[in-house]
Formats: sequence, structure tokens, C-alpha cells
Amino acid sequence: MKLKLQATALAALGVLWIGAPIAAQAADEVNVYSYRQPSLVDPLFESFTEKTGIKVNTVFASKGLIERVEAEGANSPADLILTVDIGRLTKAVKSGVVQPLASPAMEKNIPASFRDPAGNWFGLTTRARVVYAAKDRVKQDEITYEELADPKWRGKICIRSGQHVYNVALIASMIAAHGEAETETWLKGLKANLARKPSGNDRAQVKGVFSGECDLAIGNTYYMAKMMLNDKKPEQKEWAASVKMLFPNAKDRGSHVNISGVVLAKNAPNRDSAVKLMEFLSGADAQKIYAGVNHEYPVNGSVEASDLVKSWGALKPDSVSLAEIAKLRKKASELVDKVGFDEGPNS
Amino acid sequence: MAQSASQQSPWARPVRSALAAPGWMVCALVISAIVSVPIISLVVLALGAQENIWPHLISTVLPGSVLTTFGLLLGVGILTSLAGTGTAWLVTMYRFPGCNVFKWLLLVPLAVPTYLSAFSYMELWDYSGWIQTALRGSFGWTSARDYWFPEIRSLGGAIFVMSFVLYPYVYLTARASFIQQSVCILEAGRVLGCTPFGVFTSLGLPLARPAIVAGVTLALMECLNDIGAVEYFGVNTLTVSVYSTWLERGSLAGAAQIACVMLVFVFALLWMERASRKRQLFHHTTGRYREIPTLKLRGWARYGAILACALPIFLGFLMPAAVLADATLDFWENALSSEFFTALRNSVLLAAAAALIAVIIGLALAFAGRLSASPVLKWATRLASIGYAVPGTILAIGILIPLAGLDNAVDGVARSVFGVSTGLLLSGSAFALVFTYVVRFLAISYGSIESGYTKLSPHLDYAARTLGRTATGTLREVHLPLLRPALGAAALLVFVDSMKELPATLLLRPFNFDTLATHVYTLTSLDLFEEAAPAALMIVAVGLLPVFILHKIIAAGRPGEQTSDH
Repeated sequence: MKLKLQATALAALGVLWIGAPIAAQAADEVNVYSYRQPSLVDPLFESFTEKTGIKVNTVFASKGLIERVEAEGANSPADLILTVDIGRLTKAVKSGVVQPLASPAMEKNIPASFRDPAGNWFGLTTRARVVYAAKDRVKQDEITYEELADPKWRGKICIRSGQHVYNVALIASMIAAHGEAETETWLKGLKANLARKPSGNDRAQVKGVFSGECDLAIGNTYYMAKMMLNDKKPEQKEWAASVKMLFPNAKDRGSHVNISGVVLAKNAPNRDSAVKLMEFLSGADAQKIYAGVNHEYPVNGSVEASDLVKSWGALKPDSVSLAEIAKLRKKASELVDKVGFDEGPNS
Repeated sequence: MAQSASQQSPWARPVRSALAAPGWMVCALVISAIVSVPIISLVVLALGAQENIWPHLISTVLPGSVLTTFGLLLGVGILTSLAGTGTAWLVTMYRFPGCNVFKWLLLVPLAVPTYLSAFSYMELWDYSGWIQTALRGSFGWTSARDYWFPEIRSLGGAIFVMSFVLYPYVYLTARASFIQQSVCILEAGRVLGCTPFGVFTSLGLPLARPAIVAGVTLALMECLNDIGAVEYFGVNTLTVSVYSTWLERGSLAGAAQIACVMLVFVFALLWMERASRKRQLFHHTTGRYREIPTLKLRGWARYGAILACALPIFLGFLMPAAVLADATLDFWENALSSEFFTALRNSVLLAAAAALIAVIIGLALAFAGRLSASPVLKWATRLASIGYAVPGTILAIGILIPLAGLDNAVDGVARSVFGVSTGLLLSGSAFALVFTYVVRFLAISYGSIESGYTKLSPHLDYAARTLGRTATGTLREVHLPLLRPALGAAALLVFVDSMKELPATLLLRPFNFDTLATHVYTLTSLDLFEEAAPAALMIVAVGLLPVFILHKIIAAGRPGEQTSDH
């Protein structure tokens, strides 16, 4: 009996608490669904709140936020969706959860190549997908993506899953440059050169170079900074010190570049505040934070990359349009399955 | 009717025709329908596919991923049965140094989420991990080509890691069953000339079979829904195909199709198991229980038993916990922030609410199933408890669509009738999370309650009804007291699992809201797992208390030992 009473009390408590409204539609708030980690975006939001007094509410999830907005429909509390990868931005547009925005400030802040001509999505930062090479074992200072399939690298390359968004976009850029058939051959060659089965994250690949398991690792640029400046895990500084960053295809079409960006939700309940936040994110102050905290390349031409990023050398971005990459992603993902990329080198 | 049924098979359809209670039947069907909504919405989603994903999958990864999935299920099935059943028998039937501590320590890996264990083993076992680095240091090897070392990024690695986190499900159910077995049967076995091992294989094991199967089923469903560990180890199961179809090829409907095919597998598994014990019953015919006469082990057998019990604890708990603890030493300041305590409170409240509801619903379903042999009810119940096998984020979307649909419908009505907007009432609230946990973990609560029921003789029901109790009265005055251990176990298992739940919580939670699991996940800024170690260790630590209570409940689960209570 006592148990039952306790249970009832607990249930009542639970219901009370569950009933507490969590709706966030007050006038001076803005609601963000973010695919980007809180540690990256929180400094930006804090700065925004400080300047404008507008509170930023966030939900962070790595998968499914676009589907959530879609399901929530007209009543969705989401004002903005922040994400990485051009594929996700275009998917949001295709899902019909986005409204276009014509903002002179945004158009001034963001070069045309990094935003949708129709104003559906806006890029905020860029990052290149580069090659990390072992300082002591790799002599050359230049490399191309094509070269990664050269048998001279047999058993020497580390990479994360071919189905990861970053790799799918990279493979899509290869299809854009060489066509599907040639990319398939290239992907087979790359697979044969792998030191191990694709797994782990970008940083784990660099760790593989450090420990001698592989000579080359493929990863995004900002990971280098994350490792070099990691005071909490000093051993990562050693990983970073063991590699040099090579920007692939610097002599021809340039390195593959992807973006992180933002879209304005179709049914944004706090549209005005949301637009303010968008303009803030593309403005000089926020872009400096992006450059300084996460060491990505700012899209805003008036802001320079961090000194650390500049010390890695000049980035020449692949000139293929991001829209083109987005279109080729599905083919790229299918190729990954077709060559059995994630099965690793021994299959 | 009752007459002919009992002639056909005196035990197979015991209580049902005599004791039917239509009210409970309707109640169970309604509950099943509500809990099945997410699954049904996935099926609807799957049927609406714009393109056929199968030709691509069949010609590429499908054969491999089906094989890998079967391999994973088979491996985890075998390892968890061996480890779970073997240790349960040892600590229940024998005495050896430490056996009382092992009794509850063996449950402890339950507190470790699979994704954390996978991470820890990668840290240890990887080429750059402690073990290999030490080996290279001491033998002067310089690269991977100088020596052979088992690859953790493999099917074997995944089987290993998952088995030693999941075996407690089997240990728990098997031990509860061993404890409740009548000594008479076991003693009869000995008198008739069985060796102790013979008693185990020909009596203890067969009698515990429903319980063991229930435990293994949970472990396997957990394997099917896991994405964290398999992705981390690069093991390409069907679940990985579900995610790449959805995220990289933009076909959510196609992903739902694969998930549905996986559910068909699960149904087939469940069906085969039930079919194979259709005509068997497992309750005991006598109510006489005594202290189980345990056998004292001597000599090498003693050490063997200690080793057999220590190994799963070491592999499933100590090793991962040591890695997390080591990382925690560097980041302890992250551990006790105010965010942490808020997350802790959220986790505990949500998990407690989910546990309570899941147990009530599980009991209602199991009770209705006892009263009625209706196949409709049986399949409805099975459908309701299958959410556990669906990958978390996919299940979350299956919940999101109908829930938001309901919200928008209510809003539409409110707008047109009252001219006010109610907005989203349920989706994006804590309610959505509790509902998700119930859908996801009903299999656990229903499974443990149902296997508790198989041990209650229908004579109890006959007697109660003859003495004038209604069906509900029988439930309250007879079943509830006898099922207390099973109910307690169900509640605590759902509690611990809800605490660990990550993917669905991440997607469905309200604004600015964290549980311990999402707190850990968000702390892993840019995939940096180490910084989350303190909070991760806290998930494990917070899970330990319920696990300990769980142990107390099972230990008290022997009917003969409860006489003082009622």
C-alpha cells in the first residue's frame, strides 16, 4: 500500500512537471534547431544575446532536425536551422521547411558563391577537406585527391566512413571533376590503399598517423587547430605536431570545400529576431568568433582567418558550385556502397 | 467449452475460457494500439517511398550487411546466453568465496551504455591504444606490419563489447527463474541420479528457458537498434544501411523500409521461439519452497567459479569504467557543473515516470494475455513491444510524425472552434520523451512481467475466482503480491535503460533541455569523447543504485521466503 502511495505521488509529480510549458515564443526570443555542437555555437549566441537582449533557445541533435520541423508543420517553434554540409542545407530547402530571405545585409556579408541565389540558404563558414601527412615519413609537400588512389600508398591511408557527410561531399566533388565511372575506379584504388577499415572520426585518423598505423589521413582543416590547441588532452598536440597539412589539388582545380550554414524556417514564429540573428552570424563580430573559436574560414570577406589557420598556407577552393556537389551526393553515396568502401582494404 | 479444451490438453489453455474479462481485453487492445502508433507510422512512411531503394542495396551492401547482422545477433546471442546463464546458475546453486558479492556485481555492466563501452575499448585496444602501445614499446615493434593483434574494429570486436554489456539481461532473467524454481524438482533430479551438472542441463536450464529466451531477446533487440557502437567499430549492419539510406541518399521512406524488414526478422525470431514451446508450461505444481541447498565448491572448482564470475564483470564494467575514470582525472571540473545537476534531475524524473508507466502498461498487457487466448491480442501485444528493435532516431521520427500530427489537429480544431491556437502541446515536451521511453522499453517491462506470470500456476486464479474475486480482484490481491519481484525488476530495468537512452532523446527534447545522456553527448564537442568522461562516469554511477536495488529484489524473489510479508 505504501508502495502504491509513493508511486501515485511520483506519478503526480511527474505529470505536473511534464505539464510545465516549455513553449518558447515570447517576443524577444529566437529558437534554433542546431546540427552543430553547442560548444561551437554557444559563444556566438551569448554574444548575440549580450548585444540585442534577445534570448536564444536551442535544441542540438546530430540527426533528424529537418524531419522534426517538417512533422511539426505550421506550429513548429523553430526559427532557424543551423547545419553543416551543403547537402543538408539543400535537403532542408527541398523538404519545404524553409522560407527565402532577401536581406541586403546578408547579401553584403556573404559572397554570392556561398549563398543560394534565391535566398533559401546562407553559408556562414567554410572548411577544406585536406590531407594530413606524416612529417617524418612523407617527403612530398603537394598532393592531389587523384593521387590517393596511387598504389604507392598501399596500406598507408586512414579515413573515416565513406558514408560520412564530409566524405560523401568529397566524392561528389570528384564526380563533378571526373564523372562517375572514373570516380568509381578512383574510389576502388583509394579503398585498396587504406591501412584499416574506415571508422572513428577525423581526429582518430590523424591519431593513426601519429601512432604509425598510416602515413596519410584525410580530414577537415579545423581539426588541426582543435588538436594543436588542446590543453586538456596535451597528447593531441603531439598528434598534430607529427603531421603536416597538404591542401590537395592546389595547382589545378583547388581543394574541396564544404560549408556550414543557416536557413530561415518557413513558419518561424519569431521571424524578426531570427533575421537579426542571421545577420549577426554573418556579420564581422560573429565571423571573428567563428574564425577564432572553431578555426573555420569565415565567409565574410572583411574578416580574416585566424593566424593559426593562415599559418597552414593559402587555401585555393575548388571552383565547382556547391549546388552541383549537393546534386551529386546521392550518386557519391551509392558509389561508396558499390565499391564496398566501408568494408576496408581486405575485402 | 472448458471441458473440451481441457481434454485436448489439460494445461495448455488453463484459465482462459473460464476467467475471461472483456474489460481487460479492450483495455489491453487500446494500450497496444497507442504504443504501436510509432511502428505503424513507420510502416506508412515505408509504403510512401518515392523510389525503390532495394535494387541498389541488393546489388551492393545488402548481402554483406544481412550476414553481418546475423553474425552479430548469433555471436551476441551465444555469448550472452553462456555468460548470463552460466554465472546465474553458479551464484544461485553454489557457494564459493565472494559469491554473495558476485550476485549483484554481475548486474553492474547494465549501468554502462553500449556506446561508452565501445569508446573505452577503442581507447584500450586500438593500434594507438594503451595495450598495443605498451606492446610495441616492450618488444621494439615499430608498425602494424610487425605483429598481429586482434582488430577491435571488427564484427568480433562488436560482438565482444556488446555481449559483455548486455549479458546482464540474461543473467537477470535466468537468475530470477533459478531462484523461483521449486527445490522439489531439483532434488528429485538428484535423487534420480543426476549429477549437479546434469540437474542444470536437464532440469534447471529447460525450466528457465522462457526466462533465458526473454533475456536474450532483449539483448538482441538492443543489438539491432544500436548505431553508436557499430558505427564506431565500422561494423556495417543493417542499421548502418538504415542511416546511410536516410541521411546520405535522402530517402527516409527507404530507411523506414529497411527498419520494417528488420522488424519482420524480429517477429520471425519471436514466433519461432514461441512455436517451439507451445505445448509446454513452466509453472510449478507445488507451493513448497525451501532454502535452495547450495553446494560448497572446493579446490579448483572454486577458482573456476570465481574466474567465471569475475571475467564478465571485469570485461563489462571494470575495463570501461577504468578508461572513463582515467579520463575523468583530467576533466573532473566538468563533472559537477550546475548543468550536470539539472541534467541529472531531468534524467531521474523522466526515467522514473517512464518506468512507472511502462510497468503499469506491461502489467495490463500481461494480465490480459493471461485471461484471454485471443490471437488478436497476442499479436497486438507483440507489435506494441517491438519498438525496442527499431534504431533510436528512426523510432523518434516514427513518434514525431503522429504526435505532431495530433498536436496540429487539436490546434486546427481549437482555432476553428474557439479561435485560439493551442500550438504544439505534446511534441517537443517532456511528454514526448516519456512516451518514447515507454514505446522503446515496453518490451523490457512486458517481458519480465510476462515471464513472472509463467511461473504462477493457474490454480491460483481458479482458487481466487472460486472464492468470489473478480478478475481485477485477483490481479490486486493475488497476482500483485506474487509478481512484486518481477514488477520491481521491470521498473528498474526500464529506469536504467531510459537513463542511458540517447538518440531519441537528442532529437525529441524541448529547447535548452539536457538529460545525462545528451549532456555527455553535447560535451563531446567535435567528437571529443574524453571531455565527456566525468558525466559518462556519472551515468554509470547513477545506474549503479537501481542495479543494486534490483539485486535485492531478485534475491527476495523466492516465493517461500516472502511469507512474513503478507
